[in-house]
Amino acid sequence: MSYAETHEHHHDDHDHKPTGLGRWLFSTNHKDIGTMYLVFALIMFFIGGAMAMVVRAELFQPGMQYVDPQFFNAMTTMHALVMIFGVIMPAGVGLANWMVPMMIGAPDMALPRMNNMSFWILPFAFTMLLATFFMEGGAPAGGWTMYPPLITQLGDGFPFLIFTVHFLGVSSIMGAINIIATIFNMRAPGMGFMQLPLFVWTWIITAFLLIASMPVLAGAVTMLLTDKYFGTSFFIAAGGGDPVMFQHIFWFFGHPEVYILILPAFGIVSQIIPTFSRKPLFGYESMVYATAAIAFLSFFVWAHHMFTVGMPLAGELFFMYATMSIAVPTGVKVFNWIATMWRGAMTFETPMLFALSFVFLFSIGGFSGLMLGITPADFQYHDTYFVVAHFHYVLVTGALFALMGGAYFWLPKWTGHMYDEKLGQLHFWLSVISVNVLFFPQHFLGLAGMPRRIPDYAVQFTEWNMISSVGGFVFGISQLLFVWVIIKCIREGKKADEQVWEGARGLEWTLPSPPPFHTFTIPPKVDEATAHS
Amino acid sequence: MSAGYMKKIRGAVISLFVLAAQPAWAEYGLNMPEGVTPLSRNIYDLHMLIFYICCVIAAVVFGVMFWSIFRHRKSRGVKAAQFHHNTTVEIIWTAIPMLILVLMAIPATKSLILIESTGDSDLTIKVTGHQWRWHYQYIEEDFGFFSSLAPESNEARQLKSGIDPGEIENYLLEVDNPVVVPVNTKIRFMTTASDVIHAWWVPALGWKRDSIPGFINESWAIIEEEGTYRGQCAELCGRDHAFMPIVLKAVSEDEYYDWAGDMMVAVMDAEAGADREWAMDELMERGEQVYSTFCVACHQVNGMGIPGAFKPLVGSPVTTGPLDGHIDTVMNGVAGTAMAPFGMQLNDVDVASVITYERNSWGNDLGDLVQPSMIAERR
Repeated sequence: MSYAETHEHHHDDHDHKPTGLGRWLFSTNHKDIGTMYLVFALIMFFIGGAMAMVVRAELFQPGMQYVDPQFFNAMTTMHALVMIFGVIMPAGVGLANWMVPMMIGAPDMALPRMNNMSFWILPFAFTMLLATFFMEGGAPAGGWTMYPPLITQLGDGFPFLIFTVHFLGVSSIMGAINIIATIFNMRAPGMGFMQLPLFVWTWIITAFLLIASMPVLAGAVTMLLTDKYFGTSFFIAAGGGDPVMFQHIFWFFGHPEVYILILPAFGIVSQIIPTFSRKPLFGYESMVYATAAIAFLSFFVWAHHMFTVGMPLAGELFFMYATMSIAVPTGVKVFNWIATMWRGAMTFETPMLFALSFVFLFSIGGFSGLMLGITPADFQYHDTYFVVAHFHYVLVTGALFALMGGAYFWLPKWTGHMYDEKLGQLHFWLSVISVNVLFFPQHFLGLAGMPRRIPDYAVQFTEWNMISSVGGFVFGISQLLFVWVIIKCIREGKKADEQVWEGARGLEWTLPSPPPFHTFTIPPKVDEATAHS
Repeated sequence: MSAGYMKKIRGAVISLFVLAAQPAWAEYGLNMPEGVTPLSRNIYDLHMLIFYICCVIAAVVFGVMFWSIFRHRKSRGVKAAQFHHNTTVEIIWTAIPMLILVLMAIPATKSLILIESTGDSDLTIKVTGHQWRWHYQYIEEDFGFFSSLAPESNEARQLKSGIDPGEIENYLLEVDNPVVVPVNTKIRFMTTASDVIHAWWVPALGWKRDSIPGFINESWAIIEEEGTYRGQCAELCGRDHAFMPIVLKAVSEDEYYDWAGDMMVAVMDAEAGADREWAMDELMERGEQVYSTFCVACHQVNGMGIPGAFKPLVGSPVTTGPLDGHIDTVMNGVAGTAMAPFGMQLNDVDVASVITYERNSWGNDLGDLVQPSMIAERR
């Protein structure tokens, strides 16, 4: 049933859209808040990217050319914090805000005012974090993992770092509660849990991971705060504390966190591949179960981030086996995506190109992840550029590529205009080539013995670092093209219809492009044809 | 940019495009070194095994994917099938990876048990990480020493030093005092740290181990070939994390005992003179040496520190204030900052001389003369 049929008597043109700054400051509209999340993520992407450019410039050749080592450490630390908490997570929440209500036939999010607050915390939190650059002692430079005792050597920026983490946690938890409340309570009649689009499913699971893990991080950083200012010794060996305990607590948050970053990406890819293969997603149920299995297992593998701290043999074996076992559900997902393509009728528009490169390059990150999970070998790989290569493959060519694919996929729906396909594909090819030039050589650097988080290196690492830096600069510049494609799409893209893509299925594609300010004020009826793709 | 770098850039560009030029790749280092211990070879073999298994899986999975991408495209006029479920294949592609993982886990488990067998060692070295140098204590022989970045590298690595790192032998991988060990001996390394977490890593031994304040971690090695093996701190430990390398010299047993004898004498010499009165020039000379080893990384050669990160010593309330406060700061450090308690690292003469040096350099002219005996009283 199309949108027009059910909404004939409605006056969506007169839906009293607020205007001016107030529209954004006081917004309770899931679409506007989604847009703000996405724009915020895009801005932070360039801030975090600029920091990466400083890192790659300094590493272009051996010797210290541009920045002090302390500032270099601040660059790597802040790059990670900004990219994780300011780009990938908000972009994922932004997509959830836009798409979840439209995919499940709900008029808005369940808790619209809380939605407003969970977004507006972010700009203030990041202003506070970035302000540490101008404080005595500089910005955090102890790594995004904030390991004590090193992190407590930070100057005046320290409490600002801690409170930023608290704010980000509050924002994430509110966002997660909202998503769960929306999906559990506001599905259109006829849409059971097993009819939900996979993007919605991945967000249910991600939201539970957020609620379970963010308070753990908040606790850990609060203990850091009291250790520095209130005389406690949770992590201070001289006071009877245990510096390794922080790492255990941190990674108990940290490993679920990496799935918080990647599960929504799995969801996006699971929407894109069936659309452009013109074929239903293969193994829907096993995809749902695999996602849940990954999330469950993610709470039992944290210590693989810290194999070298010196654990008992039994501990090392347990965490090695648990880590290896995650390869099984992850493999199932990859096999299902490929089975979806198999005997489909594929076309290769920009979203599909990003999704396909996601499957290929995320898998490479998965293989290096499996290697890192083998404890004895990890004693060599740990804290080298091999690890840097691994997590950039899963987070850049993984999470980020999926988000970009999602942006291209839904941009016509959001704006009502098609983006320029030629420019989109140019952006894709520039990105996919340069990102491999950037990160693939880092595998070699790590295996050959280059530690991570160093501003200067022995001369035998020069060639690969130069190549990597060149890739980095090209990748960085290519992303300006992305902004241009979006602006061009909004301003002069040709009109998009409801369906947008030939193979698109699901409720969001029954709405006009762009959708009116309020949608599904009367719940749609869901049948097999309009349910998940 | 020097001519040397232009050559490197050209080399880099050429190697990027000429993938077929196999021999040229060797020098850049593409793979993990095999190393020189039974453990390192074991780990290398495991690494290669897992890598090859991954390659085979990748070839199969990506093969199917690209076959599909090339064959099942709309432009070839195919019509999409509509199948979307098959329980049998789901079970197959869950079970096969499980089997492969079990096959991987068997050698990995064996290897791990071997790595953790630290007993029956013939020589024990306690490795302590400091910001930013290593200290080695030979437990049986009862002597120890600091090992810091070599002066040539240290000079070249300063911001905009203008020195071409390519001109320096073993840039950033050379130290003043290497750690010397005998070959074919089971050596137990006990790692710990005095300030923040570091990690001791020599790739040729096959492992790295975190050195953590308040913890002692154990690892072992039997080095089978004489030679010099280099490594670095692997855990971010602050500003000069990149500048605390490790040089391990494996020598014959005879050579090792000669070296150990010399070291014991040298350590006694360094501690000598703690009970006599020192003259100003002597203290200043010794103080400058100590300063340029232990203090210069943060407070800089000119004593100006680094604004926003490390405090200046020129005209500071500590170095120009009451002597007691100055001695206390140097010996006990400042909690919650990078200022370490140097009383634990330095002997009385070193502490006395460096304080004398700081109070009488760069325009600080208090004329104070600190005797080693004054430091001994405060221990």
